[in-house]
Amino acid sequence: MDNYSSAFRDSNLAALLTERLSKYSGSNVNIMEVCGTHTMSISRYGIRSLLPESINLISGPGCPVCVTPLYFINSAIELSNEKDVIITTFGDLMKVPGTSSSLLMEKARGKDIRIVYSPLDSLKIASENKDKRVVFLSVGFETTTPVTALTIRKAAEEGLSNFSVLSANKTIPNALKILALDEDVKVHGYLYPGHVSAIIGTKLYHELASQYGIPGVVAGFEPIDILHGILTLVDMINENKKAVVNEYKRVVDEEGNKEAIKVTEQVFSPCDSVWRGIGNIPLSGLVIRDEYEAFDAWKVYNLKPCIAEETPGCKCGEILRGKLKPTDCGLYGKKCTPENPVGACMVSSEGTCAAYYRYQGV
Amino acid sequence: MCLALPGKIIEIKDKTGIIEMMGVVREVSLELIKDYSLGDYVLVHAGCAISKVDEEEAVKTIELFKELKEMDNG
Amino acid sequence: MQEIITLAHGSGGKTTGDLIKNIFIKHFNNDILIKNEDAASFMLSGRAAFTTDSFVITPVFFKGGNIGKLAVCGTVNDLSAVGASPLYLSCGFIIEEGLSLNELEAIVEAMAQTAKEAGVKIVAGDTKVVQKNAADKIFINTSGIGIIPDGLYISGSNAKPGDKVIITGTVGDHGCSILLERERLDIYADIKSDCAPLNKMIGDVLSKTKDIHVMRDPTRGGVAATLNEIAAQSKVGIKLYEDSIPVNDQVRGVCELLGMDPLYMANEGKMLIIAPEASVNNIMGVLRNTEYGANSCIIGEVTDEHINRVVMKTVAGGNRIVDMPVGDQLPRIC
Repeated sequence: MDNYSSAFRDSNLAALLTERLSKYSGSNVNIMEVCGTHTMSISRYGIRSLLPESINLISGPGCPVCVTPLYFINSAIELSNEKDVIITTFGDLMKVPGTSSSLLMEKARGKDIRIVYSPLDSLKIASENKDKRVVFLSVGFETTTPVTALTIRKAAEEGLSNFSVLSANKTIPNALKILALDEDVKVHGYLYPGHVSAIIGTKLYHELASQYGIPGVVAGFEPIDILHGILTLVDMINENKKAVVNEYKRVVDEEGNKEAIKVTEQVFSPCDSVWRGIGNIPLSGLVIRDEYEAFDAWKVYNLKPCIAEETPGCKCGEILRGKLKPTDCGLYGKKCTPENPVGACMVSSEGTCAAYYRYQGV
Repeated sequence: MCLALPGKIIEIKDKTGIIEMMGVVREVSLELIKDYSLGDYVLVHAGCAISKVDEEEAVKTIELFKELKEMDNG
Repeated sequence: MQEIITLAHGSGGKTTGDLIKNIFIKHFNNDILIKNEDAASFMLSGRAAFTTDSFVITPVFFKGGNIGKLAVCGTVNDLSAVGASPLYLSCGFIIEEGLSLNELEAIVEAMAQTAKEAGVKIVAGDTKVVQKNAADKIFINTSGIGIIPDGLYISGSNAKPGDKVIITGTVGDHGCSILLERERLDIYADIKSDCAPLNKMIGDVLSKTKDIHVMRDPTRGGVAATLNEIAAQSKVGIKLYEDSIPVNDQVRGVCELLGMDPLYMANEGKMLIIAPEASVNNIMGVLRNTEYGANSCIIGEVTDEHINRVVMKTVAGGNRIVDMPVGDQLPRIC
């Protein structure tokens, strides 16, 4: 790894930070890490096993696969049934269970479903397969949305009439506000998502700090970033400081990425959105603007979102909001396992339950 | 929701860059960032550079992290 | 001669005979095979080991080898893993009509070269041809027989607390290389399959010490799957140290980019060896002087804690469970 990147994984510095954290003897603090990639990183490096019991990390709803409604998968599967349709998707969606099947199962049945690393790769597939219609399944938050927006804009520029996007992109701010107001889960501090922040900047977090009195740290994803971020947050909570500290300055500019925001606003407009397990959050979703409706697969294929029921007993909703731990769900580890996931929290690699199951600290 | 890796721009072709990350090479779009040059480090997500990576800030951050304050045991 | 395989090549008549003579016997040429009997016969003395494996890999040709080389290595390595010296192999081919004869010959040639390197003879075979789309170009089954020296008892149920866990080289090369060739990810890295016959390396180790408890090649599911199997079979826990696990820089780079874990990627030229601490220096001394074991590392130990589970101390100092993989690992963006 580049010299300075590996510095953020240095074991000696990690040991020093762990030692400082172990000296914490104040009252219990709840820190919410909003971003699914933070959840994964925390689990991958076994960070929970390094913290004293009084520092509680709660995983928030920043896992796009977890919060994407069931009907999205069902509609994607419906589309894959069309003989001339090629579905392109991030790998993350392949194993998510719909009502009766998953994209992986449908691929096994012979449907043309392809994993892409970038939505832009779908454009190449569309130009190479003019006799087919390509649909990209778009999920994600502010980090990923600009890439999809760019893809749609390029499709329009290139006149790729056989390409469209089935979108379920969401935005973080209003979800954060709802969490801040939630009496059941007392969040004392936020570990803010470093890469979403690279796009949207840090202004929103300062507003949350002054309006709701919750301090925050903008953190990167390496273990040192996370450990130090937690240390700074615990300090601020105990000093009653309602501030926001940007500890990811190597990537995050306070103003954000104006180019990326511009492309997103050009292609998408805000709308209300249903978050799986949480319900409707006003103005927390994105819809493709009319100017680009030729690339909106919901319209092109006349698909109607149809709210599907969750399995009884599934507690993904409360887990996503940080009210319950995976071990509080009756299905966890029994009916709901990585081999047979019931809810999205288990199937997504960064879902709280999957991360718990895969990387339980010992 | 934001798996991204820092990489070095080793070639620029119009608004596309060839990025090298730990010896691995991939073409990425540079359309979401500005003021970049050959040799710069950028953060790559889903085939796009979404931010520049400031090496100087990286060094400053690590130095800062190493100056650990005493825990305030309130 | 025709340029492609047709159903006639599998029908048992003159075309089949010509194919066997001009490709299989030409390259596999040995005293047993050329007798061309219905079954090969040979003498054996001692405890025999016997194994079988089928190979269906796509793509059929990949950086570092092809399905034929993989087939010979796979069976040779399975025999080596129980401490056997491999002697004789059989190979059965199921070929999709339309495969080019040049491709078939390249595969067979690679099998012959690998068999020669390993010092094994391919003494029996079979060829079937199926219609278009009834197979994916070519499937190969290899079975192999070898002899286990006296005084050797190597088994997955033999791991004991205090044993050390050794891997004979970098992890994830084959799986990562195939992923890049199979999926259209447009990622370029100088990675190739590590496919190699390990019997001579293992034979050298066993000449130095027989005090080894478990050996297994971490193929499908990678090191993670194999160690989980062993932990369950031996009813022990296994502790790994992330900073000791050798990973090729570029494999690491691809995994970071795609959100994947090299511990779950297949290896086709590596062996996991679990042995008591007392024999580790001898084992490592031999391995490090071999071509295929030069990058051998001690990556962990067997423990009586967390029975049936594999736990890893991460570079950050925390502990996490390395669990059994569920299905194939997929690239992720989120």
